[in-house]
Parts: sequence; structure tokens; C-alpha cells
Amino acid sequence: MRETGIPTVPAPSVTRTRSGRFVSYCRRTWPLHLLLLPAFLITLTYQYFPMLGAVIAFKDYKPWLGIWGSDWVGLEQFRYLFSFPDIKQIMWNTIVIAVQKQILSIVVPVLFALLLNEVSRAAFKKTVQTLVYLPHFLSWVILGGIFVDVLSVQGGIVNRFIGMFGADPIFFLGSNHWFRPTIILTDIWKEFGFAAIVFLSALTSVNPNLYEASEIDGANRWKQAVHITLPAIMPILVVVSTLALGRILNAGFDQIYNLYNPLVYQTGDIIDTFVYRVGLEGGQFSFGTAVGLLKSIIGFALIVTCYRILYKVADYRIF
Amino acid sequence: MLYRSPSYKLFTICNYILLGLVSLLCILPVVHVFAVSLSSRAAATANIVNFWPVGWTTDAYAQTLANAHFLRALYIGVERTVLGTAISITLVLLAAYSLSKSDRYFAGRTAYAWFFVIPMLFGGGLIPTYLVVKDTGLLNSIWALVIPGAVNAYLLILMLNFFRTVPVELEEAALIDGAGHFTTLFRIYLPVSMAGIATISLFEMVGHWNSWFDGMIYLKSTNDYPLATFLQSIIAKEDFNLAGIRGEDVANISSRTVKASQIFIGALPIMAVYPFLQKYFVKGIVLGSVKG
Repeated sequence: MRETGIPTVPAPSVTRTRSGRFVSYCRRTWPLHLLLLPAFLITLTYQYFPMLGAVIAFKDYKPWLGIWGSDWVGLEQFRYLFSFPDIKQIMWNTIVIAVQKQILSIVVPVLFALLLNEVSRAAFKKTVQTLVYLPHFLSWVILGGIFVDVLSVQGGIVNRFIGMFGADPIFFLGSNHWFRPTIILTDIWKEFGFAAIVFLSALTSVNPNLYEASEIDGANRWKQAVHITLPAIMPILVVVSTLALGRILNAGFDQIYNLYNPLVYQTGDIIDTFVYRVGLEGGQFSFGTAVGLLKSIIGFALIVTCYRILYKVADYRIF
Repeated sequence: MLYRSPSYKLFTICNYILLGLVSLLCILPVVHVFAVSLSSRAAATANIVNFWPVGWTTDAYAQTLANAHFLRALYIGVERTVLGTAISITLVLLAAYSLSKSDRYFAGRTAYAWFFVIPMLFGGGLIPTYLVVKDTGLLNSIWALVIPGAVNAYLLILMLNFFRTVPVELEEAALIDGAGHFTTLFRIYLPVSMAGIATISLFEMVGHWNSWFDGMIYLKSTNDYPLATFLQSIIAKEDFNLAGIRGEDVANISSRTVKASQIFIGALPIMAVYPFLQKYFVKGIVLGSVKG
């Protein structure tokens, strides 16, 4: 923790009392509290009030009765959830998609960063970086529109390319066999470049003397990669992997909502899309909230666990 | 030059080719859609367009830009982005300044910091948030799109870490000259943190421009939709009236080129902005991740 620039003035004896100290604290820091006030109020209203509102998960919410006027039903909504025939499949879809995404979203950026690090032409490196960052900044609405067109089974450009090798067209977004791999690959395509930034910055901070010294000792590039480069990105790799654990229930609502259709509900429907369809569109507010709350609690537990592991293993703190 | 083994030279060549292909792969889908948007309907329907327009025409753009509904959505998208970014950046800068003070000087700082971080970890969920937005009277107005998400905790952390890199000496000098907190923030911290401010502004602008879900649930009338939500509705629902094609025309024309032109216009501001801010966001992320 760094010191602020405020010189420590010996306190006059009158402020040594408890209330006196409080007055001097207020005099010193009131502008800081004032600067925080707008952000505080908005966070309180739109982040904390909804947490209270989540009690409707334990109620039978009726809009005309309001949150507090609706009847308590205890765990009825959760019982209802587990009586849904599709729920196991939906949970499974969520975890399968999310786990594969999280693993590849570490492996691919690391490989990409390692390969890019071997490039010595600065202009080439810069161009590659600029191009691979682009998809990260485009939304799944735009990309959804693009992929529906590109992956179309009726003459989409990808199927025309596959057709050049004599293969039959593939219904990427409409077959249960292909939907999950398509979702995972397009997500990696979108994010790998941007995810590589942290690894690239770790690589540029490696002392070049290490490479020269190892060269004199007879190490080839492969040995250098294994013994110098990889250890250099290990700390950030540990942090990124642990944080990825906390996201194993996030399969990506934006992406799937914009790419799925009833044909692929069996393999593509995830908790978030289910909550949206049944809870909000279907008007079952309490039920939707209950499912969302369950997911939120599991996610929270995962994140706290990961954070504790990181704190112990890597001494990592977010602020 | 150091000696390079033949196998390393071979690796280098393969590496350049691989990275070149990977980069192309990242932009080719966008290039393809751009080419479709500039092709004739016949060519688009016959699926003969690759990465260069076939039967060059700007008809699709003319049709899109003559569509009052599209233009209105475009205007609301811009309005929302400007308003939302201004509000959000102001709130984040003010809060980040206070949070960048040490706990010893500003008792309660850590409590405030946790207050802002907890919602990153745990939320009430979609439906309770919707109910609060409704109860605070924001429903069906542009404020529903800019106020609820105005305090982005991730950007707040990025900015407070950025503020921590401001040299203490600058602040001390200002203090000796009699500057208070407000003067220090506006005259010292902000001018030296432009890279950080550019970074968080970029993230906020892109975030607002791309946001579609909040428009879909908080706005009842499709006339109030910002561009992202409008595009979502035409892409997902294949709503031909929204896409500006009259019902009787649907049978004999392809909306594919029109849709492609709309997608491209939606992506254009981002493609125009991000390469210039690239050096800031890379620097910003690296600096922001410096541990406090």
C-alpha cells in the first residue's frame, strides 16, 4: 500500500479525544466520501436492491401483489426446477460447453502468444495483433448475423469450401451433432487474440540476457522455450486458469441466444437461455429468479474458492 | 546475427505462414459479409460471392439508409453510447480517485472497495434487476440503458490501479501549493492518466454500442431500440418489415444483401475505432493489472 502525499502533521492536543479525531477525519476525507457518493448510490440501487428482490425465489410472485405482498412458498420453485424433465440435460449442456470453452480459452491464447513471441519483425507482429483483436470487440449480435450467413447449410461460404473437397454440406447451427463444437470454436475464434494480451505482456518482460546466456550454454530454441519462456508466463497462467474455474457455469448467454434455435435445444440449451425463455418470456418470475439464484450461489462459491486458492498459492489480490 | 539452425529457419517460415493464416481467419468472415453487402441480389442468392463483391452495387446500403426505422435505431445507438460513456466514465473517475488513497489515510476505503466488488461476484439476477429498473421508473426510456450499469467495477479497479501509478511527488507538490482533493484530481490525476481514461472509455463505448439485451427487455416499443437491439431483432426473428423490405417484395428479393449491409454498418464504428486505441488498451490492461 503506497503512502498518500499528505504530510503527517503532529495533531494538536485538542484533537486527541475520540470525537475530536472523528471531526478531523471528516474534515480531511469528506471530499473523498462525496466523490464516491454517486457511484455508491447507483450500485446500491441497481446491484444491492436486486439482491434483496431475489427473495421472490422463495415466493409465488404476482406482479399485482408486489414483492413483499406475494405468498411465501419456501423451496417450491427449486422442487419445481428439479421436476423439469429437461433440467439434467440443460445442466449437462452448460457444464460441457463451459468447461471446453474455458480449457481452450487458455491453451489457444498461450500457444498463440508463444508463436507470436518468436516473430522478430515488429510490423508483422503488430498487424497480426490488430487483426486477431477485432472479433473480441464485435458483439454476438453482429457475429451471430455473420456466422448464420457464413455457416449456412444452403451455400454458406464454409460449406462451399468443404464442398470443394467433395464432402456433404454440414448443418453447423441446426444439428445436435455439430452445434456444440461450432459454439466452442466460434467462441475461441472471437476471444483467443484478446486473451493472449496478458501472456504476451508477460513474455515481453522476460530479460533478454537469459536467452543469450542460455545460448552460450548451448540451449536450442526449444529448450529456451521450455526453460525460460514457459516459467516466465507460469504465474499469470496460474491466475488465469484458477479464475477460469469460477466460470464453469457460464456457457455464454449472448452467443448461444444469438445462434441457437429449437432444433438444437437438446445440446445447446443452457441454464441462462432456459431462465430467459421460461422465466422472463414465460412470465414465471419466481421460477426464473430461483434458477438464476441457484446458479449465482454456485458461481459465487466457485469464485470465492478460486480466490482463496490464488491468495494462498500465488498471493494474488484483485485490489 | 546469432547462428540459427536450419530447423529453426524452417520453423520460422511455418510460423509466419501459420500466424498469417490465423489472422486472415479472424477477418475473413467480416470481409465476406462486406463483399455480400456490395454484391447484386442475384449474385448473393446464387451463393457465388466470396471475398470480393460480384455485380458491384450499393443498392443494399441505399435501401438500409433510406429505412427510417434503421436510422432511428442508429441515432439511439449513438445517443446511448455517448450518454452512457459520459456518465459512466465520470462516476468511475470520481470513485477511483477516492479508492486509490491508502487505507491509513482514508479509513473505510477497503469497505467501499468491497462494496463495489461484491456485485461482480454475486448478483440478484435478471428478474429482480428488471423489477428494480421498473420500480425506479426507468422502463421504456433511454435511462434504463445507461443508469443501471453505469458503475462498472472492472473498469473501476483498472482505473484505481492506474491512479496508483501517479507519482506521489506530483501530489505532494500540489498539496504544498494548497490544492485540495478536487484540484488534485482534476489538475494532477486526470491530465497524467489520459492513457487509462482512453482505455476505460474505449471499453465503455464498445460495451454500450454492443449492448442489445437490456434494450430488448427494458424497452417495449421497437421504435426505441438502439442499433444493437434492432439488429438482434432482425437477425434473430427474420422480421422482414423491420429490415425495410415491403411484404410483397419478400418473395422475389433476397434480404441477404440488405442484412449484410446492416451488419456491416453495425460493426463499422468499432472497426474504425479500435486499431487507434490499441496501444492504449494494451498498455492500460498491463498497467491495470499491476498489483496494488
